[in-house]
Amino acid sequence: MAAHSKSAYQPADVSPQRRARSRYTLRLWAVRHARFLERVYTRLADVFLKLHPLWQAVGYRRAERPVKAVEKVVKGFLFDCRMCGQCILSSTGMSCPMNCPKQLRNGPCGGVRADGNCEVEPDMPCVWVQAWQGSRQMAGGDAIQAVQKPVDQSLRETSAWLRVTAQAAAERAATTDQG
Amino acid sequence: MMNTHDQVPGDPAAPLPELPGHSSRSRLERILRRGEFAVTAELNPPDSADPQEVYDRAEIFEGWVDGINATDGSGANCHMSSVGICALLTRMGYSPVLQISCRDRNRIAVQGDVLGAAAMGVGNMLCLTGDGVQAGDQPGAKPVFDFDCMSLLETIRIMRDERRFLSGRNITTPPAVFLGAAINPFAPPYDFRPLRLAKKIASGAQFVQSQYCYDVPMLRQYMGRVRDLGLHEQCFILVGVGPLASPKAARWIRSNVPGVHIPDSIIARLEGAENPKREGEQLCIDIIRQVQEIEGVAGVHVMAYRQEELVAEIVHESGVLRGRKPWKKEPRADDAIVVERLEDILTEAGESAGTAEGSKEPA
Repeated sequence: MAAHSKSAYQPADVSPQRRARSRYTLRLWAVRHARFLERVYTRLADVFLKLHPLWQAVGYRRAERPVKAVEKVVKGFLFDCRMCGQCILSSTGMSCPMNCPKQLRNGPCGGVRADGNCEVEPDMPCVWVQAWQGSRQMAGGDAIQAVQKPVDQSLRETSAWLRVTAQAAAERAATTDQG
Repeated sequence: MMNTHDQVPGDPAAPLPELPGHSSRSRLERILRRGEFAVTAELNPPDSADPQEVYDRAEIFEGWVDGINATDGSGANCHMSSVGICALLTRMGYSPVLQISCRDRNRIAVQGDVLGAAAMGVGNMLCLTGDGVQAGDQPGAKPVFDFDCMSLLETIRIMRDERRFLSGRNITTPPAVFLGAAINPFAPPYDFRPLRLAKKIASGAQFVQSQYCYDVPMLRQYMGRVRDLGLHEQCFILVGVGPLASPKAARWIRSNVPGVHIPDSIIARLEGAENPKREGEQLCIDIIRQVQEIEGVAGVHVMAYRQEELVAEIVHESGVLRGRKPWKKEPRADDAIVVERLEDILTEAGESAGTAEGSKEPA
């Protein structure tokens, strides 16, 4: 600590780095608990699929708005979700790739700093360094090696949960038809 | 196979025929597939619309390299476009590597450029994420990043092998290209880096060029993992090298150019030298010599930014060509005519611009 502080007021007795990091506390918590959140999500997906008749009765289109609103709040709180509408958190160690300033969905760019922080935002831990750590805890963590398609921008601000449910229901129907 | 110049007899600029098992007519692809140790270099793009500047900058590499990279706004700085540079280079018969960054163009623009460049005879394309706009001279620009380098690779592979755009629409003549990507073994997360290379290969990468290597032990470790995964047999790996001009330059690069890792020992070596520039060149030569011994390394990519005149000496002294002579343009009779005519045009343009200021053109 400097004997003569330049300003009369010191915000908090923490390092500047820790202050900046506190902005990412929840996001980093989610990555540390990737295994737990993976289990929660699997349950949630099951429940949503069981509710398929309900979604159909209400109509997927009509369910979209309320479900999206809930999804946005929950995922926004936990992951700083950007509502790309095509969630791949299960393949990225519960670290949302849309928080990457380059929105990379297939791994870290070559600009990651030696301390594991972002090239563009030096105070932010690299989303993909986090993703790799999170994926190592998850049962299905090797999904990080799958090549992801480019983002479909027309799906922004739509519910990924409902889309996944509708697809799973359609696949289930197709297999039972064949069987 | 010495002195096979890989050119059509009598016409150095004519397109080469595609050999069986090759995906392009690129000279670089031929050399790598023959198992030769390849050398590529990076051209510093001009801030100018004069084609002669491109030719001058390419000429100093002649006879020393197998491919010339045309950067796509590297470091997010504005220069002549990589498509433009490559189109000029193919006219002279060079084998340019078109760098495509995801920072500036969306999927519609990129796919169009791929067809355009291939039509101009560009045979090598290198897919990059691109540096963030904050690194360059126009930090207020909108970062596009519609593709990432992986989906860009896959898209060009689909265009080439399946003869269709990403949308599924047909392409009548597909782009015959040798597909490349970049690797950076020197940035975290280190254990993920080899797996990321595996992903790039799965997406279509046939060769890769690495970020500057100043830490050979770190590269050795990375290559060990790459060999364990068998990746060196699925793609040609070229290691990026370059001379450092001074300890000051090294420090500046380390803290300002994204993704470059320079160990303290390297800076200490430059500081201890009587002639740092010469030491930087020697350091580059030493690194090339060490790197070429590593199993799985198929070539080097020399990035001598603003020291391009050193490339010939570095390549020669390192001995990586093992007596091989890369393609060199044999001047054609009409080349002189083209140059002369161009000079005429430019002087005429200069004169008429001068007179236009004085006298108003009649409407």
